[in-house]
Amino acid sequence: MHTARDEGDRIVITGIGLTAPNGNNLEEFRSNLLEGRSGVVSFETRYLGHPVPAGVCRFDPLRYQKRKEVRRGTRSGSIAIYCANEAVRDAELNWPQIPKNRVGVYIGITEHGNVETENEIYELSKFDYDISFWSHHHNPRTVANNPAGEVTLSLQITGPHLTVGAACAAGNAGLIQGVQMLRLGEVDWALAGGVSESIHTFGIFASFKSQGALALHEDPTKASRPFDADRNGIVVAEGGGICVLERLPDARRRGAKIYGEIVGYAMNSDATDFVLPDWRRQAECMRLALERAGIGPEDVDIVSSHATATEQGDIEESLALKDLFGDNGRVAINNTKSFIGHAMGAAGVLELLGNLPAFQDSVAHATINLDRLDPRCGLTQLVANRPRRLDDVTYILNNSFGMLGINSVLIVKKFAE
Amino acid sequence: MNEEQIKQVILEILARIAPDEDLSDLKDEVPFRDQLDLDSMDFLDIVMELRKLFRIQIPEEDYEHLASMESTVKYLAPLLKNVESPA
Repeated sequence: MHTARDEGDRIVITGIGLTAPNGNNLEEFRSNLLEGRSGVVSFETRYLGHPVPAGVCRFDPLRYQKRKEVRRGTRSGSIAIYCANEAVRDAELNWPQIPKNRVGVYIGITEHGNVETENEIYELSKFDYDISFWSHHHNPRTVANNPAGEVTLSLQITGPHLTVGAACAAGNAGLIQGVQMLRLGEVDWALAGGVSESIHTFGIFASFKSQGALALHEDPTKASRPFDADRNGIVVAEGGGICVLERLPDARRRGAKIYGEIVGYAMNSDATDFVLPDWRRQAECMRLALERAGIGPEDVDIVSSHATATEQGDIEESLALKDLFGDNGRVAINNTKSFIGHAMGAAGVLELLGNLPAFQDSVAHATINLDRLDPRCGLTQLVANRPRRLDDVTYILNNSFGMLGINSVLIVKKFAE
Repeated sequence: MNEEQIKQVILEILARIAPDEDLSDLKDEVPFRDQLDLDSMDFLDIVMELRKLFRIQIPEEDYEHLASMESTVKYLAPLLKNVESPA
């Protein structure tokens, strides 16, 4: 069921928890996005031989975890626990009274287990690869449900939990899974979103480097340059964003504050290449989401683009956006990765959340580091370097695409009775 | 290593695997589990840490000897008598 048939199918966002390289809650994140503050720093990683620009989060894991839990679990688990607890708190749910078997946890991930496996092999190398030194913590740390499972342990949730593996479309995919489970009546509250611990695996950096797609810049804050002619690749970031999703009647009944309503979504596949995206399928995905939302491109106020600052990726998304929006000068297109890098499994959800306050302040945050627009991208609607004040913001369209040709689009509407 | 040195090593291991615990009042004769929040994965951590520090393999049937500080030190003393303290 991809469209709301009655009030009970209307799904709203009632709580937000996030950690981004430039903010550990929505207010801080939004403020830094509006003020043009990057969260990208110079970062040391194993074997690369030189520091790399990366988006590093600075939340306090001990706010919701004991030291032992941090040690035993994973970085993505810590990120997920922080975000989930913050979201529950923000939603002002009376948590002790919530039936925990009616809560579901749906967390998008680009990958999981690379960090833990690399660390284990690194440790093992100190013992001449004698596998009797391989940790018994390896399996619980690397099972694909790990970050979602750690959230259930933290919040004593006994409903379903799973991660949604969807490459860099995962942030949207986690939210979509939450919407679907609420509409199916499987759960009454969904903790949904995405997380990334990817900066802690050298393999991600090394693979992008081998692919010629790793950003390098002497000033890390200028390294992430989507749509800019001088872009030279991806800045990898960690982060997380988890929302409390509820059916509208339930949210109304308890007088919850409502950040927005998820009115449309779509996912599809390119079926063309392991790595290179296909603008035609991206455009189809956006059209499908718009159709399900019952609106047209002319109704969209802000497009939160996916562009990662790779040569081909930015051009393909630009083609898709031109196909949909043409010369429509009303829509504002922005890009959050220019501030925080590519937060992989968290990218989709963080990029949406950073834009949500536009429903109140009617401002589209900028795309920074856009000094020389690549003419092959040539989007006239890009919000370059300075935020843009809009008349009103009713619809935000959030793109999130990933390797193996996975596309996801989410449309959120300003809440109106 | 003498028994006091072994005890110090065990305390350091416990501090790493149970970092939230106050070890200052640990009673040697009382089982760790009755004083600390430890589970089976933590005991495997103790075994692993000893393996890494001293390259000793503790067979599963001997894990029961790691129940308290007193029994652990008693069990390890002959195994570590010719080993120098890592400190």
